[in-house]
Amino acid sequence: MMQAPDLPLWAALITALLLLTGSLLTLTGALGLLRLRSFYQRVHAPTLGATLGAGCILIASMLCFSVLETRAVLHEVLIALFLTVTTPVTLMLLARAALYRDRVEGNPETPPDTGQERPANPAEKA
Amino acid sequence: MTRWLAFPLLTLCLLAMWLLLVQSVAPGSILMGVLVALVATRLFTVLRPEPVKYRLTGAVVRLAGIVLYDIIRSNIAVARIILTGRTDRGMSGFIRIPIDMRSRHGLALLAVIITATPGTLWVQFDSARGSLLIHVLDLVDEEQWIALIKNRYEKLLMEIFP
Repeated sequence: MMQAPDLPLWAALITALLLLTGSLLTLTGALGLLRLRSFYQRVHAPTLGATLGAGCILIASMLCFSVLETRAVLHEVLIALFLTVTTPVTLMLLARAALYRDRVEGNPETPPDTGQERPANPAEKA
Repeated sequence: MTRWLAFPLLTLCLLAMWLLLVQSVAPGSILMGVLVALVATRLFTVLRPEPVKYRLTGAVVRLAGIVLYDIIRSNIAVARIILTGRTDRGMSGFIRIPIDMRSRHGLALLAVIITATPGTLWVQFDSARGSLLIHVLDLVDEEQWIALIKNRYEKLLMEIFP
């Protein structure tokens, strides 16, 4: 079992800095969910945690364990990859559902359908 | 035999993923990884996927750099908007962007880029008209956003997916 004090000072400092930056960004994203007004604005907020927030935390993890185990620990790259590939799908589904609902309700701020678009058809989403 | 190596890039990526997951480059792991990657690629061809036309040029590296830079920049921009409380309704809105790219894979990648960048969200793509609807959190200058997506991303993506 490895102990955290084994970490040299420079690595500990960089790891702590990256962890703090990442968690502050994620917290800001969560705060955005509370502060932003409309649904479409709020959808933007959690991307902070899914992109740079997660990125900072993953780099911190790679650095910390690479130094502790004195070998390259890189499998966090896969977490970043799968996050990047999957989050947009969820966000797009949410946005499309909201848009569909707003169009059915006839909300004034909703952009009009251009005619050929069929919002109910998921195959349409390229 | 060609059916086992129909997607060489996919096979390579699967092998890389396997080696990262088992965290070793011992001959045994590589052998197992090659086996898994080959079988997975072979199973993938059963789905009859549309063949991907791509060119691995310097554009890939340039695009990756640009996207990374933009993600960092827009993270800071969106965090500032949330923290300073500039959250008026009128500031954000939808814009329509004319898109010339027709490659499905290029469009999919553009969707990931736009959505992964905080502050912009891919909402709907009209494939018949080539018109893309996105939502922008900090919509000050509409023309500037259209130019950004067309010049920064679409041009490079069309180079990669001709």
